[in-house]
Order: sequence, then C-alpha cells, then structure tokens
Amino acid sequence: MATAAASARWPGWRAEDVGRVLLVCRLATRDLLRRPAAAILMLVAIVAATTTLTLGLALHGTTSRPYDTTRAATGGPDIVAQATPFWPKATTPGSRGTLPADLAGLRALTHAAGVTASSGPYPYTFASMTAGRRTVLIMVEGRDQAPAAVDHPDVTAGHWTIRPGEVVVERTFADALGLQVGDRVILNGRSFLVAGIAVTAAIPPFPSLCWFGCYLGPGLPDTDPGLIWATEATARVLADPSGYEPLSYLLNLKLANPAAATAFADAYNQASTALNAPYLVSWQGISTQDSLLVFNEQRILTTASWLLGLLAVASVAVLVGGRMAEQTRRVGLLKAVGSTPKLAAAVLLAEHLAVALVAATIGLLAGWLVAPLLASPGAGLVGAPGTPPVTWPTVGLVVAVALGVAVLATFIPAVRAARMSTVAALADAVPPPKRRGPLIVLSSHLPVPLLLGLRLMARRPRRALLSVASTAVTATGIVAVLVVHASIDHGFGSSSVLDNPQDNRLSQVMLVLSVALVLLAAVNAVLITWAAVLDARHASALARALGATPQQVTAGLSAVQVLPAAVGALLGIPGGWELVEAVKGSGSLTVPPAWWLIAAVLGTIAAVAVITAGPAWLGASRPAAEILQSEVA
Amino acid sequence: MTETGGSPVLRTVRLCKEFGKGDGLVRAVDEVDLRVAEAETVAVMGPSGCGKSTLLHMMGGLERPTSGEVWLAGSRVDRMGERALARLRRTAVGFVFQAFHLVEELTARENVELPALLAGRSPRAARRRATELLDRVDLADRAKFLPAALSGGQRQRVAIARALSNDPMVVLADEPTGNLDSAATMDVLRLFDSLRSMRQTLVIVTHDPRIAATADRLISMRDGAFVDETRLTGGTHGDRGGLGALAGLEG
Repeated sequence: MATAAASARWPGWRAEDVGRVLLVCRLATRDLLRRPAAAILMLVAIVAATTTLTLGLALHGTTSRPYDTTRAATGGPDIVAQATPFWPKATTPGSRGTLPADLAGLRALTHAAGVTASSGPYPYTFASMTAGRRTVLIMVEGRDQAPAAVDHPDVTAGHWTIRPGEVVVERTFADALGLQVGDRVILNGRSFLVAGIAVTAAIPPFPSLCWFGCYLGPGLPDTDPGLIWATEATARVLADPSGYEPLSYLLNLKLANPAAATAFADAYNQASTALNAPYLVSWQGISTQDSLLVFNEQRILTTASWLLGLLAVASVAVLVGGRMAEQTRRVGLLKAVGSTPKLAAAVLLAEHLAVALVAATIGLLAGWLVAPLLASPGAGLVGAPGTPPVTWPTVGLVVAVALGVAVLATFIPAVRAARMSTVAALADAVPPPKRRGPLIVLSSHLPVPLLLGLRLMARRPRRALLSVASTAVTATGIVAVLVVHASIDHGFGSSSVLDNPQDNRLSQVMLVLSVALVLLAAVNAVLITWAAVLDARHASALARALGATPQQVTAGLSAVQVLPAAVGALLGIPGGWELVEAVKGSGSLTVPPAWWLIAAVLGTIAAVAVITAGPAWLGASRPAAEILQSEVA
Repeated sequence: MTETGGSPVLRTVRLCKEFGKGDGLVRAVDEVDLRVAEAETVAVMGPSGCGKSTLLHMMGGLERPTSGEVWLAGSRVDRMGERALARLRRTAVGFVFQAFHLVEELTARENVELPALLAGRSPRAARRRATELLDRVDLADRAKFLPAALSGGQRQRVAIARALSNDPMVVLADEPTGNLDSAATMDVLRLFDSLRSMRQTLVIVTHDPRIAATADRLISMRDGAFVDETRLTGGTHGDRGGLGALAGLEG
C-alpha cells in the first residue's frame, strides 16, 4: 500500500526512498531547531555573502536606462564631434606651425552620409570660475537662446533662455558646488547669474568631462572641470586666442542608424590624418562614462562578495568543526540504529544545505531591495533606474555560491563522520591533538600565556590556518579600501576643492562593505575562539590545576587567536594591494601612508584580542575541578 | 590570615560544599574537620559519590567551599583570590588524578616539567628536575614517550612525578589506582611508600583498601561526612603502615 501510494505521488520512487528522504528531512530539521543559535550564525554569514553578490550582479547595466531616458528627454546626439586647435610642443598658440580648430571639417560632417540632423558647431573654452570662496576649472559652451534640435539640455531648475550675463550649470557640477538658481559666479573675473541648472546626454557629467581629452593651458585651476552653458558671445569673450585657451568647437549629430554610431565615429577618426581634424565620440562611449559611477560600485561589490563568501566558508567550517564531536556521536547513534554511512552524511549535509538555501533566498531579496539605493545614476542623468533586474543567471549563481559554501565546509566532516567506526563515533572520539615538537620546545622559553597559547595553537593547526585565512581576508579588504582611498586622494583633481561624486559614492559603498567584512570577521573570531575554548577545556583546566592563573589561561586562549591574526593581518597588506591591482582596470595605484598600514595591522590585532577576550575568559573561568572530574566520568 | 606555631600542614574547619538549590540541594561535604600533620599520610575512603573528591579539590583550592575553612601551610585557602590560589597550587600542592590527566601531545618529560615552567623556572632547570623525577619513578628510559605509548601504571607514575615537580608541601591524590590493574597498583603503592619515607605529606582519596592500608591514618567518609577514623601506625612511620601492611598482597 505504502509503496503504491508513494509511487503514485512520486513516480519512479520506491517507498523506501521516500521514507529515507523524509527521515533525512526530519532529522535535519530537528537538529537545526535544537541548535538555533548555530543555525542563525551560519545564516547570517551566508546571507552577508549572498546579499553582496546579488548587489554586484544586479548592478550590471543599471545606468543604461537612465542614460536612455536622458538621451530621449534632451534629444541627445548619436555623435559628438569636437574640433580643437593644434600647436606643437614648446610653442605658443598663434606661433608658426599652429593650426586653428578645423571648423570647416566640422561643418562638412553635417552633410556626411547617414547624418539626419545636427546642432552646432558651438564654441567652447576653459576658464576659471569662482563660486563663493572656491575657484574651480570650468568648460564654457556657448549656446543659442533657443533650444537646439539635437542636445537641448533638460532644465531641472530655472530656465534655459540664456541671456548675456547669465549661465546655466550642469546639475552634477552645481550639486558639487552647492550652486542654486539666482547665485552669482565669477568667470575669469566677470560676474554672471546662474539662470538655470540642466542635464545633458551629450557630455559626461562632472567629474568625467575630460574623458576624451582636454587641452588645458597653464594658469587654470588643477581641478576636474565642470560644464557651464553661456551665450556664444560669452564663450568667445572668455577664450584667449593669443594665449593657451583658444576657442574649440562641438558639433552634435543625429544618425539614421544610432546603433552604428561607434562604427561611424571609429571610421571617421581612423580616416582623419590632419593634426587638427575633428574627433568624434559616440553616444555609447558617453553612456559608458555616465555609468562609471555604478560600474565602479559593481566592481567593488562583486569583489567584496567573494571576500565575504570566503569568510562565510570560514564561519560555516568553524561552526561545523566546533560541533564535530557532537555530530560524530550523532552519526554514531544513527549508524548504531541501522542507518547507512551515506544516510548519516546526508543528514549532516541536508541541514547545512537547508540553511544555505534560506540564506540564498534572503540574500537575493535583500540585494534586490537594496540595489536601487546603490544604482541611483547620480545627478548627471534624469530618471530613476528602477529596481535592477534579478535575472535567472543571478539567482542561479547566488544559490550556487550559497550551496557551495555549505558543501565546502560540511562535506569533509560529513564524510569523515560517516566513515568513522560506529563504536569510535559513539565514544565521542575527537581526533587526537597534533604534536609539534619544535614548537613545544620553543614555547618552553616563553612567558606562561604564550607557552599555553602556542601549545594550544599547535594542537589544531588547521584551525590556526583558518584563523589566519579569516583575518587575512578581512585585512585584505581593509587594506584594499586604504589603497583605493590613497589612490583617490592622489589622483587627478586631488587638489579639487570639490567633492567628487564618484569618489563619495565609492567611499560610502566601501565603508559599508568594510563594516560587513569586519563584522563577519568578528563573528568568525568569536566562533574560532569558542571552538578553541571547548577543545582546550581539559588542557586549560589541567593548566589551572597545575598552577596557571585564570588570567594566564585567558591570555593563552586569546593568543591562540591573536598569533594567527597577526600573521593574517600582515598577509593582508600584499593581499589588499594585489586585490586592487587585479580589479582596478586602468590607472596607477598609490601606496597608502605607512602609518595607515601599521594602524590597520595593529588595529586588527587589537580588535581580535578584544573580541576573543570574552569567550577566552568564559572558558578559563569554568571550574577546573568540574572539567577534570567530568573526564573521569 | 595565617596560623602560627606547631600548626598542621593542612587543616579544614567545618568544611561544607553544597550543590543545587531547594529540593535539589545536595550537601556533598558536610562539616568536615581534618588536620593533616607534616609528613603524614592520610587516606580517605568511602563509596563513590560520598564527597571524597570534592573534599580533596577544596583542600587543593580547585573548588571553593560553601562554608567552613581550609588552611594550608598556615594560610587560609578558602578566602584566597584566583591568582593566589593559582600560586598556591603551583608551589604548595601537587595533584594526582585517577584519569592521570597527562597532556596527550607532550612527552613524559615535557608533562613532568610543565608545572615548573608554569611556576616560572628556567626551561633548563625544569628539564633537569623532570629528568631527576622520572629517574625517581623509574621511567628515565620512557622520558621521550608520549602518554599513549605508556601503560596505565607508567602514566600514573609520570603524573606522580609531575605532582612533585615544584616540591609541594602536600600531594593530593584522587583515586590514584582507580584506573590501574593489580601490578600497576603495586608500582604506584611502592612509589607512595617511597614518598612517605621521604617525609612527603600525602592525602589519598581512594576506595581501594590496599592503598588505604599504607596510610598512617584512615578516615571513612559517607554522605559527605567523616564517620570513622583509624590510626593505622600509631605514629607516622609505625610497623603497620607503609608497604609492609601489604605483605599479603605482595606474597
């Protein structure tokens, strides 16, 4: 009957199979409910990794939609062509050999095959602008009063009708300066009124204006330039034809086939041989620059998710390892009542896989909810990105990582427990501690806390390695953040008096991730210490019976964590550097000041010492007689 | 707080130890008064669970009494802080446990030198002392063996050597032959006898009449209290005490 019923519900399954699966589920569930704290800790560790991974994956392409919206709202060009004068090195503009901007070449482009509409050429130049007490570099583009057919910036405040003595400021730049409509700014010594604030799809927002090259003369502020629109007359007045800042020109083009814009631009640029020939960029190139804000975030989040994933593996491994004695006995019991080794291993795996699945679900949900906050395209674009898509490949990868973490940490203990003889498993036999002769001799020469710590550490070298790895991963993350900060501080525009919105966003993301890394590492340190305390309870009690003070035993148990942490923290320095090198893409890195790195290493060691002191003290304070007596029983 | 002038090495006054609360309250040691003179061997006998081990642990400062006093070498032990207790265990007391409690990953010699290292002696002095003690317990040739490679009797002899590492005033032995066969028990008995002859103060908790018979004084314990006391020798080194009392066994 049972066989028939089971076969009806699960075709191809025998009743024994169904019964076995149900038994595995029941045993796994009961064990999880019996140890809720361990299950929750494991859940937290895996959720941290899966959430970060979801965020990293979900941020792919999130800015493309706001850029598209902005392009549609502003009649964004498919091609932006710029013409700048050329002068050889070591000469001054206007001297022999200089070439003016090829305005004729620009105008000819409006009749090129495939071009359906255009606006410009508009003159532009670079100048200095003072707003309040801050003097910054600006690019001034001279525009008509009437909105153009191609690239009519979307005015988010004030108006576009630019009159003499008035300017319109690009929104990201205005935000960075704190400018509002009605404020006054000084351009090359002349006062102007801010008439409007606008957004464009034709030029990447501050601070990425110069991504395809800016030719700046001496005497201008060494800052990332911001974009300002003024009348053409103003642009011409601000330019200095006899100096280093002559007029350049921008031309906006619409193509019959916008998708072919990159090919159009590449073909033209490759065919141009004149030194002052116009240079073309496609809307796809500008879109990529606009998405830098989120792209860098995505790169950091993906990297951090792997670091958090590694820490999660360590957490789960410690949790599983810490419960090994108990689990071994349980496996022994299961085998004693007739379970096969495979079933016993399956129970152990099933409960951790269940936790991993729940963690993956929570991580996907949390990542999906948090992603819009990180995917905000910034002030340079109009429109919101909406909720980033969590695609099936994302779901698959996140679930696979969560299950991978659980399997990686559980598989070996599960197989080992299943293979152990039933009698040995029932006897609660934990693997005997390792003897490390040279370390024991060395420790004889050390103060009592280090003597105890080193000997306890030598008993379980794999746990010490796990501790080194856990700290190294965290220190790697912290050092990577320091390297990125140092590189940002020393990068172009480091002397800028303005906050870089990209750097600000990256700093915020890195801060959040650093906190997540530190918290997870702290959980790991507590777990590893507690596992060491439990494992060393007999040795600690014996040391106290032989005359060690609780303080010495506490310090010894802390040393079990602090010594590997010191090694891990030191490994984090090259680790952090290499990590940033590996994911940075282009650009050079700056070595952080030595005191930053020393503070990071000492801070990590001190944090581990403080974090482990609590569990170590609890372990060292347990009555020695009780522990020694229980060994007899 | 110290006692002066002709006082015993170890003394307890109305010593009590309670576990649990309310209906579950158990009085493991009930108002025990004990005086152990210098160089005396006292055996405490009784059935399992009568409170012998708890009494021993309180005397060695491993466990705190609920009430009463413990005096060791003129110092009141029950009011000492953990640090002072540790110092006391390190200098004045040597423990021998039924389960040996040797550190599995340390060799016999490393186990014996451990208390000396904990007491802050130099590694060289600790090693010299350990070698000397292993020689005394007839295990010089087993100095580099791990506990797992030693027999039960040999392990207990290592444990006794370890208890003597810091020249304690008193050795407290908790069922020292409880895990041993007859031959190993005889080895341990011989060792205790030699300690007696060297005027080492010994308190041995046991339910083995053979080992109790070697003591100067035998105290019977039941339900946490002393119920009987027998002086076996009429003096510290009388005819009936020591290994001589085990002539029957030896034969």
